[in-house]
Amino acid sequence: MKTTYREALRVAHREALAKDPRVFLMGEDVGRYGGAYAVSRGLYDEFGPERVRDTPLSESAFVGAGIGAALGGLRPIVEVMTVNFSLLAADQLVNTAAALLHMSGGQFNVPLVVRMATGAGRQLAAQHSHSLEHWYAHVPGLRVVAPATLEDARGMLWTALQDPDPVLMFENALLYNLEGELADDAGPVDLDRARVRRAGTDVSLLCWGGNLYKTLDAAARLEREGVSAEVVDLRSLRPLDEATFLASVRKTRRAVVVDEAWRTGSLAGEVMARIIEGAFWDLDAPPARVCSVEVPIPYAQAQEQAALPQPEGIVAAALKVVRGG
Amino acid sequence: MTPEVAHACFTQLTRIRRFEEACAQCYAEGRIRGFLHLSIGEEAIAVGAMRALTPADAVVATYREHGHALARGLSMRSVMAEMFGKKAGCARGRGGSMHLFDAATRFYGGNAIVAGHLPLAVGLALADHRLARDVVTACFFGEGAVAEGEFHEALNLAALWRLPVLFLCENNRYAMGTALERSEAETDLTKKAASYRVPAQQVDGMNVEAVADAVAEAAGHARAGRGPWFLELLTYRFRAHSMFDAELYRSKEEVKAWTARCPVATFRERAKAAGALTDDDVAKVEAAVRAEVADAIAFADAAEVEPVAELTWAVTRREVAP
Ligand SMILES: Cc1ncc(C[n+]2csc(CCOP(=O)(O)OP(=O)(O)O)c2C)c(N)n1
Repeated sequence: MKTTYREALRVAHREALAKDPRVFLMGEDVGRYGGAYAVSRGLYDEFGPERVRDTPLSESAFVGAGIGAALGGLRPIVEVMTVNFSLLAADQLVNTAAALLHMSGGQFNVPLVVRMATGAGRQLAAQHSHSLEHWYAHVPGLRVVAPATLEDARGMLWTALQDPDPVLMFENALLYNLEGELADDAGPVDLDRARVRRAGTDVSLLCWGGNLYKTLDAAARLEREGVSAEVVDLRSLRPLDEATFLASVRKTRRAVVVDEAWRTGSLAGEVMARIIEGAFWDLDAPPARVCSVEVPIPYAQAQEQAALPQPEGIVAAALKVVRGG
Repeated sequence: MTPEVAHACFTQLTRIRRFEEACAQCYAEGRIRGFLHLSIGEEAIAVGAMRALTPADAVVATYREHGHALARGLSMRSVMAEMFGKKAGCARGRGGSMHLFDAATRFYGGNAIVAGHLPLAVGLALADHRLARDVVTACFFGEGAVAEGEFHEALNLAALWRLPVLFLCENNRYAMGTALERSEAETDLTKKAASYRVPAQQVDGMNVEAVADAVAEAAGHARAGRGPWFLELLTYRFRAHSMFDAELYRSKEEVKAWTARCPVATFRERAKAAGALTDDDVAKVEAAVRAEVADAIAFADAAEVEPVAELTWAVTRREVAP
């Protein structure tokens, strides 16, 4: 059937709410308003205000309440409008949700799902555009996933809800309108494995989330240059599925990592380090990465686009890795 | 009401109204992008409050701040150019609608993390207080901010340290689609401020004179060293929250009842009744504002975008070469 990323997420929520009475959704404007990105539109009418619960503007308080509700036996899905606002709840996520199980000597796990939008490209300027998922990917105790396809938008939520630990789901806001075909019987998917989205032999392009499509575009352009690129969608940012991406890199002997965050301290840096540690002797060239320019993302369209990874930059980096120079 | 005051207020109200109507039009044409939050219906607050402030005072606002910027004295050209993402804009086109800034008028944004700017306002006032400057900081925010921890932390600090901050809460009843009573157990916001020992009162935010008088009184207290003040300015946003809002959360009747209290039209009628404004004045102001808006759009249209070579300019202070 034809659907969108947004609709696939909505169906996943509806399924979870219908299947498991412990599940509820809460966040700012998820109910009457229909969700800042309209993911939950209609669910308030369907499931009522208890299970699709509007919260005040209190990120710290409602993320913290999600932790408590999870500890108390519920299965909360907490929507934080964007990763930018999640910083108001970073204390709850990092100091409590991530730490509690270990800190309590293994007694208290937190089965909480927190969803948020991430990414730039809509001219929303420096307080609504950043990609900070790698900050959370740094933290032991959290699982961090980035659905990039309709299958993953449809299937990751249910699996995340079965996880005994906190799962953070990052939805690139440019993907909500993504259209495509989804199998009628599409259902839960694994959260563990990276996926090869396009097979190739000359260079591995590693990416996730919204960058998948720019990277596939770059791979198509590379093909016209006579370069066969393999595209790997990491899907899980913590833990990283090293086995899958190292296998790809060992095969192609070259790697470019694409990351919408800033280069300094980026997850791209971590992935490169793993490649160096795990596949150094298989490499024909030093790995490269394409990240955002180190500026707060500006509003003006040309500047914003110039700040972000683009297919041209990915192509250029790949060609350099393949041809040298 | 003197003719001078009537003329000045009506001019500012009209500038903001027509400017924002033009913004909506430019947005529909794709010339303004990103998020656009209009303050149509709420203009009396920006106009009244700015009348009560001096040029040395500081202003800190939210993302719904076009009116505040214009009333504060930023040129319409620089604001429109910012909306168009041009280098001639008041933030070089880097901020857009939500992030208007201007050092010359001590206009500290344009802040888009709800309540994130309240602590900043407290800090500005702390500096002014320590340096014995005879100024106040006016901090605008929506009633939605009251739910954030930063609101409570900021009020407490300002009160504890007796800082000259005016907390100006623009209560337009909805935070996006969430009505105040759906987010607050205690909806009397003045009680919250009072619990931090911040004097608080409600004001008709649809009335320029009422706002100007209340802010002037509050500023007088703050200048006299008696600490912060909280005003809950009762108002209504006539338009959608932003350009992406199906307005499922309020009724057409409610909107209609409030638009009948339009701050621009009611001011005009009051001023005319008081003999401080004539039909001829009104026509002249409308014509002058129409010309100013057209000029601002033409200016913004013709202005250059910041060259990509300057993308990383001023990431840190060190790089800001003269
Ligand atoms: C910390 C944070 N959370 C959520 C948002 C998204 N958001 C933008 S405006 C808004 C509503 C704010 O309402 P209010 O404070 O009443 O101001 P108004 O828009 O009515 O002027 C929300 C939820 C945000 N910008 N910042």
